[in-house]
Amino acid sequence: MSIILNNISKSYDKVKALDDISFEVKPGELFGLIGPDGAGKTTLFRILTTLLIQDEGSASVAGYDVLKHYKDIRNHVGYMPGRFSLYQDLTVEENLNFFATIFGTTIAENYELIKDIYVQIEPFKNRRAGKLSGGMKQKLALCCALIHKPKVLFLDEPTTGVDPVSRKEFWEMLKRLQQKDITILVSTPYMDEAELCDRIALISDGKILEINTPEAIRTLFPKKIYKVRTSQIYQLIMDLRSYPETHSAYPFGEYLHFTPKTASFVAEDLEKYLIQREHRDIEVMETVATIEDTFMDLSRANELVNR
Amino acid sequence: MKRFIGFITKEFYHILRDRRSLFILFGMPIVQVMLFGFAITNEINNVDIAILDHSKDVNTKEIINKIAASKYFSIKGFISHEDEIESTFKKGKIKAVLNFEKDFSKNLVTQKKATVQILTDATDPNTANTISNYVGSILQKYQQELNRGLNIPYQIAPKTRMVFNPELKSVYMFVPGVMTIILMLVSAMMTSISITKEKELGTMEILLVSPLNPFQVIVGKVVPYILLSIINATVIILLSIFVFKMPVQGSLFLLGMESTLFIVNALSLGILISTISSTQQAAMMISLMGLMLPVILLSGFIFPISSMPLPLQMISNIIPAKWFIMILKGIMLKGVGLAYVWKETLILIGMTIFFIGLSVKKYKIRLE
Amino acid sequence: MKKENVIQVENLTKMFGDFTAVKNISFEVGRGEVFGFLGANGAGKTTAMKMLIGISKPTHGKATVAGYDVLTHAEKVKRNIGYMSQRFSLYNDLTIKENIVFFGGIYGLSSSTIKEKSQTLINELGLHDKANSLVGSLPLGWKQKVAFSVALLHNPKIIFLDEPTGGVDPITRRQFWEMIYREASKGVTIFVTTHYMDEAEYCDRVSIMVAGKIEALDTPKNLKGQFQVDSMNKVFLKLARNIE
Repeated sequence: MSIILNNISKSYDKVKALDDISFEVKPGELFGLIGPDGAGKTTLFRILTTLLIQDEGSASVAGYDVLKHYKDIRNHVGYMPGRFSLYQDLTVEENLNFFATIFGTTIAENYELIKDIYVQIEPFKNRRAGKLSGGMKQKLALCCALIHKPKVLFLDEPTTGVDPVSRKEFWEMLKRLQQKDITILVSTPYMDEAELCDRIALISDGKILEINTPEAIRTLFPKKIYKVRTSQIYQLIMDLRSYPETHSAYPFGEYLHFTPKTASFVAEDLEKYLIQREHRDIEVMETVATIEDTFMDLSRANELVNR
Repeated sequence: MKRFIGFITKEFYHILRDRRSLFILFGMPIVQVMLFGFAITNEINNVDIAILDHSKDVNTKEIINKIAASKYFSIKGFISHEDEIESTFKKGKIKAVLNFEKDFSKNLVTQKKATVQILTDATDPNTANTISNYVGSILQKYQQELNRGLNIPYQIAPKTRMVFNPELKSVYMFVPGVMTIILMLVSAMMTSISITKEKELGTMEILLVSPLNPFQVIVGKVVPYILLSIINATVIILLSIFVFKMPVQGSLFLLGMESTLFIVNALSLGILISTISSTQQAAMMISLMGLMLPVILLSGFIFPISSMPLPLQMISNIIPAKWFIMILKGIMLKGVGLAYVWKETLILIGMTIFFIGLSVKKYKIRLE
Repeated sequence: MKKENVIQVENLTKMFGDFTAVKNISFEVGRGEVFGFLGANGAGKTTAMKMLIGISKPTHGKATVAGYDVLTHAEKVKRNIGYMSQRFSLYNDLTIKENIVFFGGIYGLSSSTIKEKSQTLINELGLHDKANSLVGSLPLGWKQKVAFSVALLHNPKIIFLDEPTGGVDPITRRQFWEMIYREASKGVTIFVTTHYMDEAEYCDRVSIMVAGKIEALDTPKNLKGQFQVDSMNKVFLKLARNIE
């Protein structure tokens, strides 16, 4: 196993940032940690990169214990913190050179690994990092994290604040890196990016809600799910709230995602109800659950348990 | 070693590319020395003085005329009794009183020596000192005129007395003070800011998660500033020697070693500050309030320590700058050797070891 | 029935020296509409929005917001709009109540109105036990909801939101969109600037800016149909590729 976590907990003052987290990441896997801001993703990354000490539990990365062998871990992992941590006043090339030097290597030595990423920013190699666009900063930060050929790569929200085109390119790069036997743990608040991982862990309020492949998480959604829309979206939300058969009703882009309480629910009943409530242009269609539906369902159940 | 050089190279890029830090590093020392140098000027003009003439004879009249004729002084009054001296000063206008002894001419002829007392208001020590120098030189000139063609020369002895601030600070006092402030500023504030900057940017996280050990990170951050501070100290000393004609009496080697000691002391303070602050702003505030103010106010640079209230005098003992200023003063102005400043040097060494120990203990190999 | 337009933009252009940040854009936004203003970082959407809220002067062209010309009546524009951004909206070191009093005050609300409004606001959001705690101690999602309510204090006709729900957890995010829909149903116009394409899906109509120009403007449904894809994210990717 590349990464192992056993019952990791961590608190700041009275706030529990991580609560009994356990999971494993296989060598060469692209593993996603999916959850909103404040869910505990960064804390988890910092424990695994030996920047923080857990209160309870144990963890190992690339076979080294995070407490006992922290120096070995520091030699064998690449880490890209939440904000692209680059020296703004150094040029692209100077940044890369610097990170190569402190890891005791050179750009030439591992050029093969970063080549297809670096060629995209090479035309700007004499530009200061502070003057790069978000997408280019992201690529440079990735090159810097890879320059010493790490066994495990930790990417904390690498796509936050980056435009959709760069986000897409970034995920394509990760897929290619995976082929070079690098284990990747990546975190993101974007549920749509979850689909691109081999396996994902949904995390909320310091707890793991579910771990599985994205597909399994979607298909294992326990209820039927319908997308609903009418010409009056706000009225529709209100009317669905007072509809006795409603388990949940959430805005979901142009539609509302509706889950019924019972399995015997039929869409025609809802349509009738909406007509009765004077809605026009009514659409009710069964649809497949997304990762986000699962996330909401699980975190709601989780909250109910806590109360 | 290659890692280390790479690190230091990077550090120099930071310093050389940031105009603000470049100014603080190189502009500041020059500006400060010039500012203090010219603000505390030796020139005086039309200073109001009063005369207390117990003798009222030919010689005293001639001297008074010479003084009145110079552009430096204007005589604002004659007093007749010692009791009036203090009240004259207290009115604030009069900066000096010349007190001619009784039987001035007679003493000059019979004993070949007469005395005039120069009383100066030393609340403004620089002016006071300058006044007594000027009066002294007028007296000396007069004495030379009198002695022309005489076998046994007459001697007019000026006796200077400072009123209100008897422990007069030298005009040159500003050089040790400015040097101390600048070394403190460059070494402590700049290092603490440059370390916290890495924390703020998040690059510290990457450095920690690298094979560099924390000790290397710190030394790498500090070495460039040691070099720069030494350059600065040299610039200040050269400026004061060549622009302000300040004589350096003691050994330059000792001066260099003591300065390096103080630089290391200030750097260790800077590291200590960076371990307790997480933003550049906080580091700057702590450096300014915690280091600069005491250096300026309590080190004896501006206000003499002996005239401070006892509690402040005690506090001044824990300020490294106080000891460094004493050492500088000793070497630069009095020309003493290590034999006379070993105590201060030992105190500085002790403080440095303490601060380094504390910052190593406080420095985290992790984030919290 | 012709819809009443509360934002009307004609050939709006902004130049910084030789660089044209916004090139001749024109569009209208109707009353009660949720309008998405999309584009990558640096596409010019922030510059365009600054002109609409009256803090930056257009180089050419004309824009009226809430019936006032942004060039000649910037102060009147400011009185009639609300603004909330992801980066800054409330003071973290003030309590919820203190924030309400402060923002109510700068819009010239009387203290009795502020008192009444803050009571309603706290009731609606169910924040009774939090009213006197520092905003900094609240979870991000709550902060955003309070910030939105505060931006509504002075009954603006239009509210400008800058990336309002990035990084917020999915449930709170939906509660936030419910609040937006509620205000829209009351006739408040919502102008959302964002580069998160999933936020675009919630808007009635969206415009997509690329390199200073509006390259697409329609309902999300029509845009997805036009590009034959199933998400706004893919619409954006295709559009960006076509332009390249």
